[in-house]
Amino acid sequence: MSHYAMVIDTRLCIGCGDCVVACKSENRTPTGLNRDWVVEQTRGRYPDLTTEFRSERCNHCSHATCVLCCPTGASHHWQGSNIVLVDADRCTGCKACIAACPYDARYITPEGYIDKCTFCHHRVAKGLDPACVATCPTHCMHFGDLDQASSRVAELLGKRDYKTLLSGTGNRPNVYYLT
Amino acid sequence: MIEELLTTARYHPKVDPSLGIWSWEIPVYLFFGGLTAGMMLLAAWALLTRKEGQAPFAAHRLALWAPIMLSIGMTTLFLDLEHKLYVWRFYTSLQPTSPMSWGAWILVVIYPISILQLLSTLRQGYPKLAGYLTPLPLVPAILDFSERHRLSIAGWTIPFAAALGIYTGILLSGFSARPFWNSAILGPLFLVSGLSAAAAITVLAARDHRERRLFGDIDIGLLSLELLLILLLVLGLANGAQPQLEALDRILHGEYAELFWGWLVGIGILLPLILEIMGRRREIPLHFIAPLLVLAGGLLLRWLTVELGQLSSWNDYPLPFDPTLLQKLQ
Amino acid sequence: MKRRDFIKLPGLAALGVAGGGLLSGCQSRPLPGSGEVTVTPTVCEICFWKCAGWVHAENGEPWKITGNAEDLHSGGRLCTRGSGGLGAYADRDRLRQPMLRVEEKGRQRFKPVSWEEALSFIAERMEQIGERHGRDRLALLSHGSGGGQFKRLLNAFGSHIFAQPSYAQCRGPRQVAFALTYGEDVGSPDRTDMANARCIALIGSHIGENLHNGQVQTLSEAIARDATLITVDPRFSVAAGKSRYWLPIGPGTDIALLLAWMHVLINEDLYDHRFVEQHTLGFEQLREHVQSFNPEWAWLETGLEPERIRATAHELGRHAPASLVHPGRHTTWYGDDTQRERAIAIVNALLGNWGQQGGFYRPEKVELPAYPAPKPAKPASDWKAAIQADHPLAPKGISHKVIEACIGDQAQVKGLFVYATNLPMTIPGIADKLNRAADDLELMVVVDTLPMEVTGYADVILPECSYLERHDDLRNSPEREPSLALRQPAFEPLHQSKPAWWMAKQLAERLGLGEYFPWQDYTEVLDWQLQQVGSSLEEMERIGVKTFPRKTGLYFSADDPPSFRTASGKVELYSQLLADYGYDPLPRYTPPQQPGEGYYRMLYGRAPAHTFGRTTNNPVLFELMPENHLWLHPITAADHGLKSGDYARMKNRVGVRGNPIRVRVTERVSPRDLFLAHGFGHKAGGLRLTDGVGGDDGEMMDNIKIDPITGSTGMRATFVTLEKA
Ligand SMILES: Nc1nc2c(c(=O)[nH]1)N[C@H]1C(S)=C(S)[C@@H](COP(=O)(O)OP(=O)(O)OC[C@H]3O[C@@H](n4cnc5c(=O)[nH]c(N)nc54)[C@H](O)[C@@H]3O)O[C@H]1N2
Ligand SMILES: Nc1nc2c(c(=O)[nH]1)N[C@H]1C(S)=C(S)[C@@H](COP(=O)(O)OP(=O)(O)OC[C@H]3O[C@@H](n4cnc5c(=O)[nH]c(N)nc54)[C@H](O)[C@@H]3O)O[C@H]1N2
Ligand code: SF4
Ligand code: SF4
Ligand code: SF4
Ligand code: SF4
Ligand code: SF4
Ligand SMILES: [Mo]
Repeated sequence: MSHYAMVIDTRLCIGCGDCVVACKSENRTPTGLNRDWVVEQTRGRYPDLTTEFRSERCNHCSHATCVLCCPTGASHHWQGSNIVLVDADRCTGCKACIAACPYDARYITPEGYIDKCTFCHHRVAKGLDPACVATCPTHCMHFGDLDQASSRVAELLGKRDYKTLLSGTGNRPNVYYLT
Repeated sequence: MIEELLTTARYHPKVDPSLGIWSWEIPVYLFFGGLTAGMMLLAAWALLTRKEGQAPFAAHRLALWAPIMLSIGMTTLFLDLEHKLYVWRFYTSLQPTSPMSWGAWILVVIYPISILQLLSTLRQGYPKLAGYLTPLPLVPAILDFSERHRLSIAGWTIPFAAALGIYTGILLSGFSARPFWNSAILGPLFLVSGLSAAAAITVLAARDHRERRLFGDIDIGLLSLELLLILLLVLGLANGAQPQLEALDRILHGEYAELFWGWLVGIGILLPLILEIMGRRREIPLHFIAPLLVLAGGLLLRWLTVELGQLSSWNDYPLPFDPTLLQKLQ
Repeated sequence: MKRRDFIKLPGLAALGVAGGGLLSGCQSRPLPGSGEVTVTPTVCEICFWKCAGWVHAENGEPWKITGNAEDLHSGGRLCTRGSGGLGAYADRDRLRQPMLRVEEKGRQRFKPVSWEEALSFIAERMEQIGERHGRDRLALLSHGSGGGQFKRLLNAFGSHIFAQPSYAQCRGPRQVAFALTYGEDVGSPDRTDMANARCIALIGSHIGENLHNGQVQTLSEAIARDATLITVDPRFSVAAGKSRYWLPIGPGTDIALLLAWMHVLINEDLYDHRFVEQHTLGFEQLREHVQSFNPEWAWLETGLEPERIRATAHELGRHAPASLVHPGRHTTWYGDDTQRERAIAIVNALLGNWGQQGGFYRPEKVELPAYPAPKPAKPASDWKAAIQADHPLAPKGISHKVIEACIGDQAQVKGLFVYATNLPMTIPGIADKLNRAADDLELMVVVDTLPMEVTGYADVILPECSYLERHDDLRNSPEREPSLALRQPAFEPLHQSKPAWWMAKQLAERLGLGEYFPWQDYTEVLDWQLQQVGSSLEEMERIGVKTFPRKTGLYFSADDPPSFRTASGKVELYSQLLADYGYDPLPRYTPPQQPGEGYYRMLYGRAPAHTFGRTTNNPVLFELMPENHLWLHPITAADHGLKSGDYARMKNRVGVRGNPIRVRVTERVSPRDLFLAHGFGHKAGGLRLTDGVGGDDGEMMDNIKIDPITGSTGMRATFVTLEKA
């Protein structure tokens, strides 16, 4: 069982959206639907300002409320890991999982089933980084198994300050932002 | 100043800028589900407490309408599914953590019970209809059977119908991601509202003046209780975290304040309550107004709850691009 | 498993799939990459950084483009726009067939014609111009990989007039200033060794929004290593947000800051004595020149506190020579741009970072022989003297001068080829001149992939296929390590589009110049060239990029000292050449013109999702960023009753009103400025996604400041006011 995590360095992220384009083409997400998106946050008043860019997506929550509420088991954990996938052939399109995701990470495909970021499990299975991670021009994204102490993600979380999004929901998200 | 916005275009249908996954179908389903539960409960109660004489409609006729209401509700539920041909997938697994899954299974259990319940009083309630059915094979035997077990069927009805009524609320309150819904009050609230709607139906349909009075009185109690539960819901939000406070804000100010306090609480609950109380002293001429308001209030309660829950969220990033531009890609 | 079983299984599975399909109406999409995947090497043409990558197709369908790991330009990763490159292929509005301007019932329209008709028409007109006016009267404006083909064609014909907007609208001042100072240009990719720098100052350069891939990656490396980043920008750019020092300078006052930096570096003895003594000329004049330009003086000009100016000068000095002031790239700002770039060059010289680790590295390219073919004869006339004599130091063609030279009966230019440059949106204030030029020209050919604004002026439009469908010359850019990269067609050209090499050769044959294009297919040229350097087309098709060993060191050293191709052989801090031509030999600060009451200064720049206006109709990138925003400070917004999401129009001082543009209220601009990304506000007519969407900065530029030295167009003295839309 693996504990996959994405670690994104906000000090380096420039908000360029390459991760979004790379995901779009890698995963052929339908027109207008994206598995990841970029948020810009600016604080302060001119000229005392800071900005933070964050590439966001499904957090592959350890306590995945979307999986818990799914009536058919279509939303499930991949191979016992924390990677959350949707099996289109079991999905009724009841949308409970959309309501259950505090991150609004899911969307409805034109065919009527639910889809979202898969952490590119098809690449992970081949030992590759997810498409977004592999393309990011600032090298600010990292992917790996937190249970392996030697992994880059574990190392980074060990030595840098980080945060997760909406930690108050109790979902135990697995996309970490180095600050 | 904090400025937070998306820098990449995102406009997921029914998700952005706030959830719109459930429109009329789900509130209607929840309303009819609750109404069904309320009808079955009241009918069972009337039998179990031997009120056939005092409340003939509730005891003998109300039950017939339960599966009909349930069917309407299930139809709208089906209409809401995005992937309709996969509806059978609900019944290939039972997901213990999913209220939706429980609900699906409750519905399959409720159906036969409600049929048995209606059959158990069919010959009293609707003798003509029973007459049409009797020539059919097996029907007399089934009718005999259910009449014989009338009371135990009523007994069985209570827990399942209560489960159905509560489930319509739990379905929503299970979503911790939607601050407005995340309150245990929704279960009892929807149950009480379902009962009150069923009582209102009885008031409307009963011919007997005494029965109308009885269920009018019952509704006074139920509406009062509903009011109390709504206040508790609001108090719960007021004591919640930031997202809850934002959700509360939406009913304290803005367009939803009028809908919530004016239409739902005022006209959908308080007004019929007052009318019913006035009606106790002397039969008021347009006696059907109060129950109709109750029914409308019940539907509005579901609709507003579904809507407000979807509007409430843990994050709201302004979407900086004109969404209609993306339609050019189609 | 026995063979019979093996054959049976898929049969059953197919039945199952069919059954399931009936029941469900749909199936989940197969996992990406589970089909048959092919990869083709490419070189990205979405901007001029020219990253090498791979085009992936799955089951014959376009899938994705990724970077080539061996490539230094891309570091194995393409940028946002490069990753969206398939949109350039898929764009439904692409030019489909050649078109000819015809007049019918007094109205002009474009008529789709065959290649044969279009090419013969062009060849006839060219001959006609040659006969009537002389064979040296054709010009080429170009900004793309295939431009060389048309250059060759016109040169063979006898015409040499040539200009690129990347000179007079972009790198001109930097090129000239560095050539004047160091004897050579910065080049592309910019030779900054940011990955190893300990301190980097960006003057405007908004790397991060400016998404030149290698620059972004090396800057990011520097940030990750905690190098000191200083960003000088009136706007809180993305880079400013990553900087230890953000200097929110008053627009147009950068030279004052640079002079103050020189003042501090010299007066506080922070400059590199050895470099200055051994390699520079004019240090004493410079010392004297900067004496009065102390940080307190600069404060009044720039609005930057003297302590911050000192502190940043100290940082630069402290880390020298692993310290650099980035020369920028789009440098045509206020008309004194060569002076500003000279000031940047001089600060760098004081830091002694030329050819040093963390400063400017020594780029090298591959010595690649040209395919054996006759060399076109040298120009018969001095076209520069004829059309841009007022800028004698300009080493290149000045694009707007070439257009001006198309106007009138006595015009120097009688036939114009435009290859991959959208002149109306690219050259500020050119619209009227372009109209008149198009009227007076006897031939105007536009080669493009899309029905952009410029195609509307053409007599003949030639549809080029996208870079994903063609061969072009090998990429051989100066880099840390010399390398070659191959662009190979990944798909058949759509519609009737054709590659530039084919068009040029076809024209040459019709003009009797076939000997200059002695190949049937361009692969012959590529293979021959590759063979000369020990590779082959076959090898390159497999690897895409081939790196060659350097012949010199990446940096200079004591045994390998630098030499400079200036007149004096030294780094010319004081430029005698400038003095001789009557320009300031040392950088002089001129206070910028101010907007005046009720006006704002319009700042513009890049958005990472787009390359100018060439990608705004690209469906993939449109989906990422369909419109641009007009950034307003909250005070400005309040003054005009605007809030985020509203639409407004800019209006300049001569009354030109822009397209409606969506407002973004943000603290990231000052109350005195506005900002928008360039590339939107198309009015081409055939761009279904982007026409009419967003605002165009170029349209507002009424006050163009020509740099006397380079002839380039300063575009930042643009003052606008606002109207609700
Ligand atoms: N995504 C993307 N990237 C690109 C391109 C693209 O089209 N799209 N184009 C490429 C090309 S060809 C070029 S030339 C480069 C251009 O990119 P750069 O060379 O980085 O362009 P600049 O003009 O330096 O940068 C614009 C910045 O200058 C600031 N600025 C405005 N006025 C002043 C001033 O008076 N002083 C100072 N210090 N700053 C000022 C603006 O606020 C803005 O942040 O980008 C390249 N990269
Ligand atoms: N207002 C304003 N003007 C500017 C700038 C600015 O920031 N603001 N920036 C300046 C700078 S730095 C630069 S470098 C210039 C850039 O100026 P241009 O190079 O003119 O830039 P684009 O607007 O991208 O126009 C490129 C044209 O080439 C076409 N094209 C794209 N790919 C191909 C191809 O493969 N083959 C052919 N034949 N055509 C192709 C496109 O359709 C488009 O018509 O603009 C300058 N002008
Ligand atoms: S690609 Fe990288 S730098 Fe660009 S927005 Fe995504 S995470 Fe940030
Ligand atoms: S982010 Fe949302 S969709 Fe993803 S695992 Fe968590 S709850 Fe589920
Ligand atoms: S929409 Fe599909 S994945 Fe989501 S909860 Fe319903 S069945 Fe599960
Ligand atoms: S991990 Fe894969 S699916 Fe998820 S956002 Fe990145 S590229 Fe998309
Ligand atoms: S920087 Fe981006 S757009 Fe430019 S060539 Fe490289 S990948 Fe293409
Ligand atoms: Mo440029």
